[in-house]
Amino acid sequence: MGRYVLRRLLQLVPVFLGTTFLIYFMVWALPGDPLAGKCGDQACPPAFIERMREEYGLDQSIFVQYATYLGNLLQGDFGENFRGQEVATLIANAYPVTIKLAVVALVIQAVIGLAAGVLTGLRPGGFLDNVVLTATLFLVAVPVFVTGYVLQSVLGLRLGLIPPTVPADPGLLDLIVPGYVLGSLSLAYVARLTRTSIAENLRADYVRTATAKGLTRRRVVGVHLTRNSAIPVITFLGADFGTLMGGAIVTEGIFNIRGIGGLIFGSIQRLDGVVVTGVVVLLVIVYLLANLVVDVTYALLDPRIRLD
Amino acid sequence: MRSTRVAALLALSLSSALVLSACGGGGGGTTGDAQGAPTISVYGTEPENALLPGNTREVGGSKILDALWSGLVDYNQQGEPENAVAESIESPDSQNWTIRIEEGWTFHDGTPVTATSFVDAWNFVALKTNAQSSSDFFSNIAGFDQVNPAEGEPTAQAMSGLRVVDDRTFTVALTAPSPIFVSTLGDVAFYPMPESFFADPAAFEANPIGNGPFRYEARVPDQNVTVTRFEEWGGEQPVSVGGVEFRFYADSEAAYQDVVSGNLDFLESIPGSFLIDNLYQQDLADRNGNQPYAGINTMTFPIYDQRYADPQLRQAISMAVDREAIINNVYNGLVQPATGFVPEGVPGKVDDQCGELCTFSPERAKQQFDASGFTGPIELISNVDSAINREWMQAACVSISNTLGVPCNFVPVPTFSEFLDQRRAETLTGIYRTGWVVSTPTMDYVLRPQYTTGAANNNSGYTNPRFDDLVDQGSTAATAEEANALWAEAERVLIQDMPSVVINDQSAQFGWSPRLQNVELTYGRELDLESVTVQE
Repeated sequence: MGRYVLRRLLQLVPVFLGTTFLIYFMVWALPGDPLAGKCGDQACPPAFIERMREEYGLDQSIFVQYATYLGNLLQGDFGENFRGQEVATLIANAYPVTIKLAVVALVIQAVIGLAAGVLTGLRPGGFLDNVVLTATLFLVAVPVFVTGYVLQSVLGLRLGLIPPTVPADPGLLDLIVPGYVLGSLSLAYVARLTRTSIAENLRADYVRTATAKGLTRRRVVGVHLTRNSAIPVITFLGADFGTLMGGAIVTEGIFNIRGIGGLIFGSIQRLDGVVVTGVVVLLVIVYLLANLVVDVTYALLDPRIRLD
Repeated sequence: MRSTRVAALLALSLSSALVLSACGGGGGGTTGDAQGAPTISVYGTEPENALLPGNTREVGGSKILDALWSGLVDYNQQGEPENAVAESIESPDSQNWTIRIEEGWTFHDGTPVTATSFVDAWNFVALKTNAQSSSDFFSNIAGFDQVNPAEGEPTAQAMSGLRVVDDRTFTVALTAPSPIFVSTLGDVAFYPMPESFFADPAAFEANPIGNGPFRYEARVPDQNVTVTRFEEWGGEQPVSVGGVEFRFYADSEAAYQDVVSGNLDFLESIPGSFLIDNLYQQDLADRNGNQPYAGINTMTFPIYDQRYADPQLRQAISMAVDREAIINNVYNGLVQPATGFVPEGVPGKVDDQCGELCTFSPERAKQQFDASGFTGPIELISNVDSAINREWMQAACVSISNTLGVPCNFVPVPTFSEFLDQRRAETLTGIYRTGWVVSTPTMDYVLRPQYTTGAANNNSGYTNPRFDDLVDQGSTAATAEEANALWAEAERVLIQDMPSVVINDQSAQFGWSPRLQNVELTYGRELDLESVTVQE
């Protein structure tokens, strides 16, 4: 397994180079001038623009800019954005918030999704199954921004149960509603995935064997059935964690959470390639590592799977 | 493999994630204090540059600078300058000015505000090698062309027109008389700087020191800037609030929700979706306001495009726009139709300069349009990433199309920066959105940067020597009255040429939390931090 992990880690290198260049190039190729908003509605004086272009290397070709950027990055220097802020500081401020949010979302979707899936999978076609089927269908059909705005204005604005936005340095409790909004779509998938998997495995040989051996139903369902049925769900949750880390742009925007999603969105708008690339580098690494963890977890869940 | 190991593994990863996320938890409250006085939170956006007066021209930064600094003059509600740090600003001929500073003003580090604080700051901003964005503000001071020549390196380090007489007095010599010189002095560009800035600019950027009612406390990138009351402030009124948090939002809708629920104390521009049916007046009953400010919405013709070169055609399109309908349908009647190129609230503005040419006159518009021989569809272009630009431009399009009987297409440009780029490159082939907010309350500041030949914001290619001449004469007139008369004359020239269609004067809709009282906007459309009070 050690060699497998090492091989997977080595694969990170070309992926890393490829993504950083692509991202850098794409942001650079966006139309518009990154210095446009510097002087409000008015035009900036030429001397000011000239110095900014020089300071940020905008007068050089994209390849020189990228090479300089990569060189600095390899020395651990994420560079500065066009406002003169350290990108490393921005990431360090934003990342913990996003991790918290992703973990809250992941826990919510894992707990509710798995529970709903197991309960319905054991009695397919029952009343509960139909309720969950309808509920998940609804969740899948409603886009995240609708869920977000509705919960925000109903719970926050009209009923006053929660503050409409999340404070700058949020605790886990502050993040429950945004975490639910963020995780709601995947929650539906987890529930359905688990249900199908459980319903299928319910008729599997090993379940019959376990029951025949005289094991209690709780042990059959809790250990044998759920553990084996969890494999596709774990794959999904692992990949989803990567997505949650970067894809929270809408949710973070609605609840004014100062996380990675907002940072990426704002930086794309401001054509701040250095920030976008820096954040995406981290996201790529997180995504690849999350997938690696998923693959390793397979072997733990099912001894028949070997990693070589 | 035992199931307990799996459980342990999952438990471990979960708990470490929880521990990790619990680090640095806890909330940042809004009630810090300076001698027990309450702190308020105000909507803001991340400043584009370091907090330096000479290098800030956008609202996000200047809002904070206005709390940290006090200038020589301040503007009252009518846009007239009133002395602040200045004791007197006098001139026998509008060209050679003597400025005397009031006693008792100090910077936040305890050093006194002297004549040198101003002269050195101005020279620093004007010097070309410092590449400050406000350098042009000093262009009418004698010696500016030596420190900031159009071509090549500066030949002097300081402007010859600035001279320190004594600790509290300095003189300014202009290249020509300027009746409105005093009116320009309230701009952020003219704020004084303490000695420590010149010794170590980088340290200063990290910890700005001003002479205003509030001193800098802390800044978290993309989150907020906090300031606390400066007890030795030289200004008159006692300031009631103990500190201000300028809280940055990516999205003003979230800020609006926070104001309604009392989580944020002040928002100076209600987002467009809550202006519909005046929803904000229900959400914020007894805590909202609507106040006109000196700004104007316009649509500008690409005069560099031969199709739009005929002034008769441009007048026809102006008369084809039903301003009342736009204002009622899009702005719920919260703004006023524009009656000239100079917005309401600028001293010296002459009422109803434009007359029929800026009024919906369908018959005359159609007649004049047909005579012009214009063919093909009309295009209206705007960025669509902020405010309600899309909505009013589309409404204008409908009205033009209905009146003139030609197809009109609205062409969206996704972002403002892209739109500005295309404007400056003169690649726009249709009528494009423009707007102007007056930060220096003079007619000169409306006419010169937008419409004189080759001006930085004149991207349409409009040129008329007579207009340029009148604006220049106004700028060097002996008295403000004379100047205003000349500028009004220039505005009439502009109306005949019609390089832009004026739509409406602007108005700010703002809201506040139940905590605030005595809420007023300054001339610059910010919360007046000096007069606002808090009720706990």
